[in-house]
Amino acid sequence: MNFGPHAAFIITAYVVAIAVVAGLIAWIVLDRRHLSRILDDFEAQGISRRSTRTDGDKW
Amino acid sequence: MSLIDLANPSRFLALTARALPWLAAATVLAFAIGISQVYLAPDDYQQGATVKIMFIHVPAAWLGIFAWIVMSVAALGTLVWRHPLADVAAKAAAPIGAAFTLMCLVTGSLWGRPMWGTYWVWDARLTSVLVLFLMYLGVIALWRTIDDPAQAARTAAILTLVGAINIPIIKFSVDWWNTLHQPASVFRLGGSTIHPAILVPLIVMAVAFTLLFLTLHLAAMRNEIMRRRVRTLMMLQAGARMGP
Repeated sequence: MNFGPHAAFIITAYVVAIAVVAGLIAWIVLDRRHLSRILDDFEAQGISRRSTRTDGDKW
Repeated sequence: MSLIDLANPSRFLALTARALPWLAAATVLAFAIGISQVYLAPDDYQQGATVKIMFIHVPAAWLGIFAWIVMSVAALGTLVWRHPLADVAAKAAAPIGAAFTLMCLVTGSLWGRPMWGTYWVWDARLTSVLVLFLMYLGVIALWRTIDDPAQAARTAAILTLVGAINIPIIKFSVDWWNTLHQPASVFRLGGSTIHPAILVPLIVMAVAFTLLFLTLHLAAMRNEIMRRRVRTLMMLQAGARMGP
């Protein structure tokens, strides 16, 4: 494919778009892993929402 | 399944766990179709191949605005109905909206340099989108500054609704002021001014970007619910350590 004299601008724009989307996906996946690990640690310690839940706890 | 069932975070997690793989698959499929259409789309008679930047720039701009609209609706849910999932939806949408707005600004700059001869001008459209990006950063900073999620949600909701004034300004800036940015060419009275050979790939890419936003937003909402569970457990643990 020939992008003509402005190929560098077109390719850079697509690289930026891919980097932004990849960054978003990585942030969400890593955040989920981090939170899952903490929740698993609580579970291992015997602390869970079911065992400790109060009426005001909606989460 | 009614809307009220989704109000329960556990039901929301169960439902989205089933929906997310399908949504992600639909996103990948839409992008595969969109990218192939972009590849086959002809060059513009004036802009040449740089028109290919439009296929990512315009959907990114739409999604940057759409995310703020989602946050504004969620802000109403927070302030009027005090709906806990509304807080979660608003908080999860902010970084995604900021990322799409940043993508819009950078790709627009890269498109502007060869077409306008400059990366940036302080015209109404570009400036109002930059203001949108800065407002996203402000809302994200606000969420991080206030420890209590309920209080942070209410404060962020007010800022979001005030910031919603900028959305019509972005949309109509090209009509109200004399700008270097082109006027509306897709959604306008009298129909689109874009040839179908370019318009169809643009619409397909816009659908793909929208599916991507929905997928990322739901996944980020799930994370936020988990973060609140972690916070609750930490508080319970701290309370247990302190004793009765």
